[in-house]
Amino acid sequence: MIWKEILIRYGELSTKGRNKMDFIRRLRENIRHAFADLGHLHIRTERDRMFIAIQNEIQMNVLLEGLPKIFGIQSFSPVAACEKDIEAMKKLAITIMDTFKNEQLTFKVEVKRTDKTFPLESHAIQREIGGYVLPNYKNLSVKVKNPDIELRVEVRHDATYMMAQVIPGAGGMPVGSNGKSLLMLSGGIDSPVAGYLMMKRGVRLEAIHFFSPPYTSQNSLEKVKVLANELTKFGASIRLHVIPFTEIQVLIKEKVPSNVSMTTTRRMMLKVADKVREDIDALAIVTGESLGQVASQTLESLTAINAVTNTPILRPLISTDKLEIINIAEKIGTYETSIQPFEDCCTIFTPASPKTKPKLEKVEHYESFSDFDELIERAVKNREVYIFPKKEQETDKFADLL
Amino acid sequence: MEVKTIYLDNSATTKPLKEVMQAFMVVNEQYYANPASIHAMGVEANNLLMRAREQVADILQTEAKNVLFTSGGTESNNTAILGLAHSNTHKGKHIITTEIEHPSVLESVKQLEKEGFEVEYLPVDQNGVISLDDLRAKVRKDTILVSIMHVNNEMGAIQPIFEAAKIIHNMSRAAFHVDAVQSFGKLPLAFNHEDGPDCISISGHKIHGFKGSGVLAFRTHMKWQPYALGGGQEYGLRSGTVAVPQAVALSKAARIAVESRVDQEKKYRKWHDEICLQLREYGEAVHILSTPQGAAHILSFSIRDLKGEVIINAMQKRQVIVSTSSACSSKQTKTSHVVEALKLDEHFKKGVIRLSFGAYLSDEDIAKFKDVLNEVMMELKGEHIQ
Repeated sequence: MIWKEILIRYGELSTKGRNKMDFIRRLRENIRHAFADLGHLHIRTERDRMFIAIQNEIQMNVLLEGLPKIFGIQSFSPVAACEKDIEAMKKLAITIMDTFKNEQLTFKVEVKRTDKTFPLESHAIQREIGGYVLPNYKNLSVKVKNPDIELRVEVRHDATYMMAQVIPGAGGMPVGSNGKSLLMLSGGIDSPVAGYLMMKRGVRLEAIHFFSPPYTSQNSLEKVKVLANELTKFGASIRLHVIPFTEIQVLIKEKVPSNVSMTTTRRMMLKVADKVREDIDALAIVTGESLGQVASQTLESLTAINAVTNTPILRPLISTDKLEIINIAEKIGTYETSIQPFEDCCTIFTPASPKTKPKLEKVEHYESFSDFDELIERAVKNREVYIFPKKEQETDKFADLL
Repeated sequence: MEVKTIYLDNSATTKPLKEVMQAFMVVNEQYYANPASIHAMGVEANNLLMRAREQVADILQTEAKNVLFTSGGTESNNTAILGLAHSNTHKGKHIITTEIEHPSVLESVKQLEKEGFEVEYLPVDQNGVISLDDLRAKVRKDTILVSIMHVNNEMGAIQPIFEAAKIIHNMSRAAFHVDAVQSFGKLPLAFNHEDGPDCISISGHKIHGFKGSGVLAFRTHMKWQPYALGGGQEYGLRSGTVAVPQAVALSKAARIAVESRVDQEKKYRKWHDEICLQLREYGEAVHILSTPQGAAHILSFSIRDLKGEVIINAMQKRQVIVSTSSACSSKQTKTSHVVEALKLDEHFKKGVIRLSFGAYLSDEDIAKFKDVLNEVMMELKGEHIQ
């Protein structure tokens, strides 16, 4: 196998100084976490790049497939290595260039000689390798400024390293480098996308879901678990807090006029979420709200709902169109799951004509006749917590059958 | 003492494996709920179904949503051909297939011909293989579908589907369907090649699974007007309660087939060679239709001026089950279209015998078969064999 390591270039580094080291450490941990199945990875970090040592072809393939999903990586390159011998170097150059033989491309060789004891100087190496590669490929022509392919050769102390391919990463910041938030995960199309976008900004997530059996089914809960699990692909584990919400919803239905019941439901959800947030030391709440999509997403409505807390509510989708959201959902692989049609807590008691401009005083007035606080305490206390990625044994009861 | 029957008709159908039957029983007993039901048992059945689907998708290197469970090879072929043709008429109405396809493909395209589609048939050479130049000459801009079988069911010829795919994809926007019923689990096949099929048909009972189970799988998700309408199961492409036990059994049979493929092929190849060696000893009396380049598990040959049925009966008396060229056409009196396409000498047309190997056969069985073959040849053709 010619591959020796993968070189990783970091994503945007808006934070400098000591935070930068934290950023790099976080990225390294996330990579270890994402590839835990591969056993212990040898990862070497430098100020501007990181190197993962490659032990075998399988490992290489898993990494190539998984790295583009991890936030905080600008781009990465597979690096090949050979002996510090000019003939071996020529041969390796050919092996690498072979992968580009079907396109018309411009090309140059860039040499860095860290090991000054190597008998040839950089320019000589460049001439040797360039002069050897070019006649072999009719599709290549030399271009010194901005070539399509830059065959980079580094003569280091232990070996010669070469690379030619730059694979784009997911960008963003390593998940966890920007604190923790609680995502309100309904099971629809929007909330997983909101979660994804916050993860891209380095936010570690836990998720909360409101479950109202028997009005909502096991299916809708399964769907949310699948979505939570999907989000863990982007580099971190996620805890899902499932809140038994039936009692509260039934009380709202009985005691609050139907045209504001939805506003109250949202307010109660936010109250519950805020308690859970406090419990898990998260700093903010993330929702998939987008302005103007449904009755609860008008500015008046958001104001009435938001009034229950001072906690920052992050709404990464607030200005996006439905189609943009669907595009992202398809890209990150949550769309197919989201569109499965099961009742969720937001749809079961939907009134026929909810107020799009609820007045906060009115809502508070209607709510004042019932004691929600005790129910909220109980719901928070009785929540069930699931951890994703799911441990294998849970699905293994089917293993014998398959 | 009961004499063991030696079953050499595995291309018609196979005996299900014990572990596949076991899984089928358990699923019927414990996960019998309708996977579309929203109660806990339904959810459980659906989870199991999804696992089975993912397993098949993994084997074929595609995504779960691109795997459709069907009732078998015929339905998979019908669905692919009618579905892909009808949903692409805006691109054209030209279809290409071969002269030696299975009837489930040929009848589907005939139906389309009646509807105004233009269908062209690729001939095969005496080895049963199409010519890529022929294909290149026939593919047009308005070709919307090409359907080529991977391994021929009557004589085992392997078609160059990857080379064909390259031509089809370079020259047209056509979808490339491959009937892989006889090749799945016998030859490597998946969607991981850039040049490869867009859509393949698989049958459960040809790989020691159950009759009534099949798969139609795609490289990328495709949509068309379904012909089985109803509850919208199988991504809306095939309504009707999904047969979870069949799906699970198929995915298990598929896994075992693929895992044991290399070992089985070695065995089959050895038997293929041994039997061919013996057949050649009968000289002019026997013509071997299969070629060494063909699939290892199918061996077709023909005995001069003898009806296939006579040979089958003679062998059956000695507890050896072989078949005429294909089970599907064996009850018809006319010569099979594949044999016709091979342009076989008149003396050999009626006497085509097919041996097809499966996982339950052993070296001893093949040795016994060779003895029986000899006996039968002596009895029926003794006077002609030197």
